[in-house]
Amino acid sequence: MADTATLTLPTRRDEAWRYADMDGVARLGVAALDTWQTIDVPAGDSVTRCMIVGSGQPELRRIRVTLGEGARAAFFVTNAGQDYTRVEMDVHLARGAHFEFGGVTIGGGDATREFVTQVTHAEPEATSNQTVRAVHWGTGTGNFLGEIKVARDAQKTDAAQDFKALLLEAGASANAVPQLEIFADDVKCAHGATVGELDEAARFYMMARGLDPATAQRLLVQAFIGDAFVALDDADEHERLLDAALGALEGAGL
Amino acid sequence: MLKITNLHATVGGPDNPKPILKGLTLHVPAGEIHAIMGPNGAGKSTLANVLGGKPGYDVTEGSVTFNGEDLLALEPHERAAKGLFLGFQYPVEIPGVSNVQFLREALNAQRKARGEEPLSGGEFLKLAKDKAGLLKMDMDMLKRQVNVGFSGGEKKRAEMVQMGILNPTFAVLDETDSGLDIDALRIVGAGINSIMRSPDKAVLLITHYQRLLDVVKPDKVSVLAGGRIVETGGPELALRLEAEGYDAVMA
Repeated sequence: MADTATLTLPTRRDEAWRYADMDGVARLGVAALDTWQTIDVPAGDSVTRCMIVGSGQPELRRIRVTLGEGARAAFFVTNAGQDYTRVEMDVHLARGAHFEFGGVTIGGGDATREFVTQVTHAEPEATSNQTVRAVHWGTGTGNFLGEIKVARDAQKTDAAQDFKALLLEAGASANAVPQLEIFADDVKCAHGATVGELDEAARFYMMARGLDPATAQRLLVQAFIGDAFVALDDADEHERLLDAALGALEGAGL
Repeated sequence: MLKITNLHATVGGPDNPKPILKGLTLHVPAGEIHAIMGPNGAGKSTLANVLGGKPGYDVTEGSVTFNGEDLLALEPHERAAKGLFLGFQYPVEIPGVSNVQFLREALNAQRKARGEEPLSGGEFLKLAKDKAGLLKMDMDMLKRQVNVGFSGGEKKRAEMVQMGILNPTFAVLDETDSGLDIDALRIVGAGINSIMRSPDKAVLLITHYQRLLDVVKPDKVSVLAGGRIVETGGPELALRLEAEGYDAVMA
């Protein structure tokens, strides 16, 4: 059932759509906005999901995750769309649950790729960790809008958010919007965001050892985005997500 | 092998060029280990960086040929593939990239540029183990991220392991002895001898101290001051510099 709020398109005045590509949103249409995937993780259970999203069309994934007591969910996403590509996670944690998120946005052209998360620590002792890396060139954009909500009785919450962007060309951009809404008093919430360029000293060092500029750049980007998938133990899935990201790098400016 | 003729170079870019090398001429034939000594600010590191092709250094006059080829026309990675190795005064840390991956990719990139077959993972590890052993470096260090968490001495030793693996024909070593304790100095010196002491190889060894030269035993020693070579002699020149100082020797 569609509720009335989603029957109209959002605007940039909506905080969660502030850096969205509104033309891309319009091309997605209201029907796409109304589609939520729902994942319930029962108490004590654990799920891991790995996704590669993005194509030549606008794409939107909206995922609602409800974690029972002591449950664990881990999501790892390579977002390499060549058009507007948005992944939204709405996560609700019960007592002692853990949510792990590792995301990479990568790409050039003029597309916007974004992760938008809302993580609600509804009960005590739940933990969450989100690591997002953005690598862009051309006039590409990468966004991470991460909201953490801690309910009044969710004491001993431990929530962390870390965003780093690497801009390979001057026209690319990155936006980080951390939002914390904390009603409990005994919690840990950490967030950090940095935007930088490729380490020229490292690049020269690599070239001096014989690596051509493209290979040096690929190795440095691989190292940079590696943080997002550190918590992914499955070696095959790890390689699949990394390959998808590095594949998108081919054709990037040097 | 390496012919530097009337080399002039600036740093600071075209808007604010600062002349550092002012007519440097030096010839290093195959089989020779040539030490360069000189006071701070003389241009020693600039010479190394210009030879390596580091961005930010502009050659305004003169030429450098390497085995008859115009070295300055080549990109840094092309120079490496031709057999040139630049040992860094301050080796760079590269978080997230292991030494093994870095060096295997580097060696295979060089081999590819020379039209040679790449080494397999097994072949590479055998070679790496061999060269690490030569420099008394634990293989576990090679599995770690490039220079991350290494002490100053470990970084220099790692540079020499890299040189052993890449097996260049010409090495420019920029103050490889700085930051080394006496034992490490001896190991690094012996490493230079075993990797580079050969009739078809040569070394430009930039150093401040006699201690490394006691181990490496250069064939020639040149003094670089004010952006040019002001004096060239045998090993005894380094001993005189050590005893009397630059001012006395150059006066």
